[in-house]
Amino acid sequence: MNVMPRVSQWSDLIRPDRVHGSLYTDPAIFEAELQNIWYRGWVYVGHETEVPNVNDYVVKSIGPQSVIMTRDEQGKINLLLNRCSHRGNQVCSYDRGNARSFTCPFHSWTFANDGRLVGYAFPDGYEGQDKSHLALGRVTRVGSYRGFVFGSFAADGPTLKEHLGGAAETIDRLVRTSPESEVEITAGFLKHRVKANWKFILENECDGYHPAFVHTSIFGVADSMIGKLYGGASSALTRDYGNGHTEIDLRPEFRKRDQPMSWFGTSEERLSDYSSKMRTAYGDTAAREIMIDGTPHVMIFPNLFIAEIQMFVIQPLGVDDSVQHVTALQFKGAPDLNRRLRQQTMGSVGPAGFLLADDSEMYERCHRGVLARNPEWIFLGRGERRERRDEHGFTVGHVTDEVPSRGIWTHYRKLMEPA
Amino acid sequence: MLSRESSAALMSAVTGFLYREARLQDEHQYEAWEKLWTDDGVYWVPANGADIDPEREMSIIYDNRSRIALRVRQLMTGKHFTQTPQSNLRRLVSNIELMDEQPDGDIAVASNSLIFESSLRDDTLWAARNEYRLRHVEGELRIAYKKVVLVNNAKAIYTLSFLV
Repeated sequence: MNVMPRVSQWSDLIRPDRVHGSLYTDPAIFEAELQNIWYRGWVYVGHETEVPNVNDYVVKSIGPQSVIMTRDEQGKINLLLNRCSHRGNQVCSYDRGNARSFTCPFHSWTFANDGRLVGYAFPDGYEGQDKSHLALGRVTRVGSYRGFVFGSFAADGPTLKEHLGGAAETIDRLVRTSPESEVEITAGFLKHRVKANWKFILENECDGYHPAFVHTSIFGVADSMIGKLYGGASSALTRDYGNGHTEIDLRPEFRKRDQPMSWFGTSEERLSDYSSKMRTAYGDTAAREIMIDGTPHVMIFPNLFIAEIQMFVIQPLGVDDSVQHVTALQFKGAPDLNRRLRQQTMGSVGPAGFLLADDSEMYERCHRGVLARNPEWIFLGRGERRERRDEHGFTVGHVTDEVPSRGIWTHYRKLMEPA
Repeated sequence: MLSRESSAALMSAVTGFLYREARLQDEHQYEAWEKLWTDDGVYWVPANGADIDPEREMSIIYDNRSRIALRVRQLMTGKHFTQTPQSNLRRLVSNIELMDEQPDGDIAVASNSLIFESSLRDDTLWAARNEYRLRHVEGELRIAYKKVVLVNNAKAIYTLSFLV
């Protein structure tokens, strides 16, 4: 195990156009990331529509920690740690359900679904004990943006809105794909494990340089229009929103096509029910614009990737052990679109997906590759000399440029360097 | 009901067919494997249990016949990197049973399989319950439906890019 870098060493490991290979493989750095990123900043946990009813719960995670997302009797969302306050036993062993309370099987301590300790077995041994000091642990701050629930273990720091910053607009764009302006997460998750560091996944999500090569096998046989979006002549952009959030903005290409639903490889005629609902909801002009622009391709640091038609949640378990949780995005009031979103998602992603099996192969080969220490660096200089600012002041580049990776590492360094 | 003799003959034919399918899969004979399917074949590998509704919830694989063909064509390119180089595979197929007769005359069959995969990542063991509906087409057995319930399908699993 390498020695944890001292303060001054972060600037040696993270440079403007390159990062050190050990950042992906050093167990001490992974531990420091848990403390400084996963257990301090805002992390995506789950979606409100996964617990639609009072007393619903679903088991989620923040890094390796198991988190129970509940909707309590008051309808409030809680993020509770799945650990009995008595001896540490997990109080919940099912992925989801509906329960007013959780009873630990070890000594029958019982917790309400808002985390309060409501009873323990043989209470006479606990005379004078104040139960309020023995509640389930909870994620200190819980925030929700358009149904997406985030948690932070830090008592203070940036608000969720401040953390999302300019990237909040991509979620606004996403929900407008629904005629009722709501995303629903209801299709269940595929859980795809990779033997690789989580940052290979994070950086790949808005890497527009790889699709033409990594995905050549499926683009070649599926008659896909995706390949052209990531070609040298594409007008699509990469964008750095700051705070580690990055985007591939495909709208310039879709606007050139000027065909509603072309972003999804289809047409309004084939989704007539959806199309008419959109026009009723937003008016003809706005609906047409929404249906031309399509959904965003955005990586919300550190773990929420919205990939046009599906959503990934990245979970780090160890320095070389990560899980991608993925599901089809579903839009309220759009059953005909949703059915196709599920079919497309199942084909593309997950352990047997036409796209993700190859992406995941690259993550694993990269991880094994960087164990070789010459050259020591990952080179991220592509497009450095042609990046520019967009009208909102965010850095943008060509779709194949490494603007996103540079943005991620700039933010990462701020989080890792002690103030 | 089939007579005991015809049942034994069917069992023998089915067993031979499943062994052949297993060999074609293990040896990456993608096109020969694809030819085992009927024109309306459905290839289903559920996630999160055995009884989910694949029309509503995510499955690891839920291929209609054209998507089976696409899967095979992607493997045939030689540029599907997760199978370039190909995994080394050997599987054991056992516990073969003829199940209840289907109203449409399809032959319901169940089996267990244990697959050893050796890939660039590591060596991985896969275990599954398989449910088939087989059909005689022009005198040959064909797969009309194959459901592969991985024992660990509720957990996070590694890439599954060989034919399971």
